[in-house]
Amino acid sequence: MKVLIAGGGKTLYFLCRSFAAKGYEVVVVNRDRGECGQLARELRATVVCGDGSDASVLADAGARSADVVLAITPNDQDNLVICQLASLLYDVPRTVALANDPDNAEVFQRLGVTSFSTTQVVGNMIQQRAALEQITNLLPVGEGRVLVTELVLDSSSPVVGRRLADATLPVDALVAVVIRGSEAIVPKGGSILEDGDRVVLVTLPEHHGDALRTLTGERG
Amino acid sequence: MRSQRYAVVVGCGRLGARLANHLSRDGDSVVAIDTGESAFDKLSPDFSGFRLQGDATLMAVLREARLDKADILVATTREDNVNLMVAQVAREIFGVQRVLARLFDPKREAAYERLGIETICPTTLASEAFLRAIEGPFGSRKEGRS
Repeated sequence: MKVLIAGGGKTLYFLCRSFAAKGYEVVVVNRDRGECGQLARELRATVVCGDGSDASVLADAGARSADVVLAITPNDQDNLVICQLASLLYDVPRTVALANDPDNAEVFQRLGVTSFSTTQVVGNMIQQRAALEQITNLLPVGEGRVLVTELVLDSSSPVVGRRLADATLPVDALVAVVIRGSEAIVPKGGSILEDGDRVVLVTLPEHHGDALRTLTGERG
Repeated sequence: MRSQRYAVVVGCGRLGARLANHLSRDGDSVVAIDTGESAFDKLSPDFSGFRLQGDATLMAVLREARLDKADILVATTREDNVNLMVAQVAREIFGVQRVLARLFDPKREAAYERLGIETICPTTLASEAFLRAIEGPFGSRKEGRS
């Protein structure tokens, strides 16, 4: 897997480090010569110094063979153009743009570019006041129209010891998988939930808070 | 006389201000947008349109400019990517009929033609004019004097 990331700062640094650790081939594109030097010294990545929205810089960075292009610069217009050029000129199969202005997340989607807004993701998590510490993973899918949440049930949960069918989950909420120890169970209505179960919950955002409260008992 | 059009000019530099002045003088209703207040100094005293200070890559600013009512949008900031983003937003989200963007980078121009964004590239125009002037002295004289 070859990932091309345009941007800088700590986010870029830690993303690259984690991608490199997964064995991905990472190419960084950054405009700042000084930062490029530092990144090249600290990361196991190819560093290309230049403007990622310049077609020839993208070509130098090997966009043609990239599987994913991530544009996470502080300028939304640059992120949009980097992603569009990567897919228009170099047929990169997946491109993702950071929308610094949360309004632009929707704008980019409508212009055909996959995007995410850190502000939105963090904001949503805080809004879902229920039991943040029990949530181990939260993944928005389908442009955020569906949320996949992984959470741990503890003894204070009102659904522990009861049948899944008796946990009055709101509509549009589904317990897809229960992970118990090393076993993954696709539960049925009669399955009994236990203390320590890791539950994978699929919900629409409107009912996410209610579903979490049902499972964790948190009043919120 | 043709009916009055509503034109939004993004970027009030030398080119943007010139266009805004022209359109306003021709009787169009014009809004000029720029991030810097002093940019509006380039507008002529008889410019009868509106001045809007703000960043046109923010939806709020474009809404304030009533882009949904605009017939024309011209993006002339000195940043190609700003122009490309504003042009696409104008066309796809606000449904503006006539959208033009200035682009300095000819490579970007070629790519965005495929997305149907109409662009004008001073680099390409100037190089063509230079080449014509070099190749044909008569042609160039006619061009220059028209």
